[in-house]
Amino acid sequence: MRTENPVILEVRNLKVAYGGIQAVKGINLELRKGELVSLIGANGAGKTTTLNTLAGVVPHNGGEILYAGQNVGKLPSHLRLRQGLALVPEGRGIFTRLTVQENLMTGAYTRRDADGVAADMEKVFTLLPRVKERLHQTAGTLSGGEQQMVAIGRALLSRPQVLLLDEPSMGLAPLVVEKIFEVIHSITREGMAVLLVEQNANLALEVSERAYVMESGRVTLEGTGHDLLNDPKVRSAYLGEDVGAELAVA
Amino acid sequence: METFLQQMLNGLVSGSIYALVALGYTMVYGILGLINFAHGELLMIGALVALQTISLLSSAVPGLHPAVLLLAGVATAVPVCMAVGYLIERIGYRRLRNAPRLAPLITAIGVSFLLQTLAMIIWGREFHVFPQLIDTAPMQPMAGVVVSPLQIFTIVVAFTLMGALMLLVNKTRLGRAMRATAENHRVAGLMGINANGVIAATFIIGSGLAALAGVLFASNYAIAHYAMGFTPGLKAFTAAVLGGIGNLPGAMVGGLVLGLVESFGAGYIEHLSFGFLNSSYQDIFAFMILGAVLIFRPSGLLGERVADRA
Repeated sequence: MRTENPVILEVRNLKVAYGGIQAVKGINLELRKGELVSLIGANGAGKTTTLNTLAGVVPHNGGEILYAGQNVGKLPSHLRLRQGLALVPEGRGIFTRLTVQENLMTGAYTRRDADGVAADMEKVFTLLPRVKERLHQTAGTLSGGEQQMVAIGRALLSRPQVLLLDEPSMGLAPLVVEKIFEVIHSITREGMAVLLVEQNANLALEVSERAYVMESGRVTLEGTGHDLLNDPKVRSAYLGEDVGAELAVA
Repeated sequence: METFLQQMLNGLVSGSIYALVALGYTMVYGILGLINFAHGELLMIGALVALQTISLLSSAVPGLHPAVLLLAGVATAVPVCMAVGYLIERIGYRRLRNAPRLAPLITAIGVSFLLQTLAMIIWGREFHVFPQLIDTAPMQPMAGVVVSPLQIFTIVVAFTLMGALMLLVNKTRLGRAMRATAENHRVAGLMGINANGVIAATFIIGSGLAALAGVLFASNYAIAHYAMGFTPGLKAFTAAVLGGIGNLPGAMVGGLVLGLVESFGAGYIEHLSFGFLNSSYQDIFAFMILGAVLIFRPSGLLGERVADRA
């Protein structure tokens, strides 16, 4: 529990219109330093739109995004990254024509401290040894799991305070997913805050300290990962369990 | 054999100029998916600005060394073209970034007319003689081939610039940002890369190359004229398509191949057509190539498919 840590990201009454529909209808979120928080919900609930809005890829039409106490809602994405707010987008967004090393270097694009970058690069290699093995390969030739690791490593090289992760498990084998979640868990130990959007609600709730449940553009439930994991509504809606049948058997 | 080598040399000279201009087309296409039809006009502006500087300077300070004059011409032409290239993107294309593809394409043609007309207002409709600041007298023939210092200068400058551009794109931070932005603007932004800045830099670099190509072109043909950018612009576009638009080595190869084909074509056209056509028909080769590439290999020699993008 890190409820005593300072709030790094606060979202107040955020509204986003996307493609003619109101995709996010006024949500409140809070993320503290070193916290791992997940955002779960069905397809089309507005999770990805929320992350894209926080990163500055999609504009919002209401509410506030406070990062370290400052309203960053009007900043373009490249300036939000400079402040310390990084997004690993859905589908990874690897530069397929660049080498793995060049991909990592784009993550460090805004940094001028060559020594710090080299040290962080080593940290990424320790965390993600597969990335080091593939360093000089063109990123497009990597497997999905390796690409996801490059995407995370690249985001870490910008030294973010807040890391937004959109569906890191998408399309990956269970073993790879496990590895990636280990990595996510270990980065929060260094004080980075992670906001995770996940289809795999079971996994997300298991590793998260807190979670929000989104339904058609609204946050309908929030609580600790543990509480939500045991919430009958969550279990039937998102964990694919037929709670009624279970009760009947009992 | 002597004719063959001579035509090859001539082809390399014009081909290296086409290559410089083709790089500008291909860089902009690579990053925006836009064919900047106004790009050929930058060659014209480069030549005319250089000429203006050279004539002002040589009448103000008579007796200056030709190399100083040429350098002064380049030193004004390059920044002026860079500024014009930047303004074209800033004013003309940026707000059309998310518009349907046809809109910026037609804007490009409009910008081309605008620049030509402005040049006509400033410099008039007449052909200007571009001074021969580098010796064009043939040196001692080597293996029967007549080479002038200007031709050597042209090839050396063009190849140096191409090498420098390849280093910039492949080895520097800006180059990495350019390649990242070309692949995905949105994700580049997420890496802290200011995509607008990178796109502006692309236009500025391409325009600088076009300015230098303009000075080389005007030096080799000894003329400058407000409409001189049109034909080499179209040929450089052909070269970019031939090499595979969006692909930098492709633009260089395409430019050189086009120059060579044109030169050999002009040299042998009388034989090929049994005396029916003469070397003044040399321009048909470029456009025959354009037609053939678009029909048989739309992706060019080294690049991606263009058919569904423009």
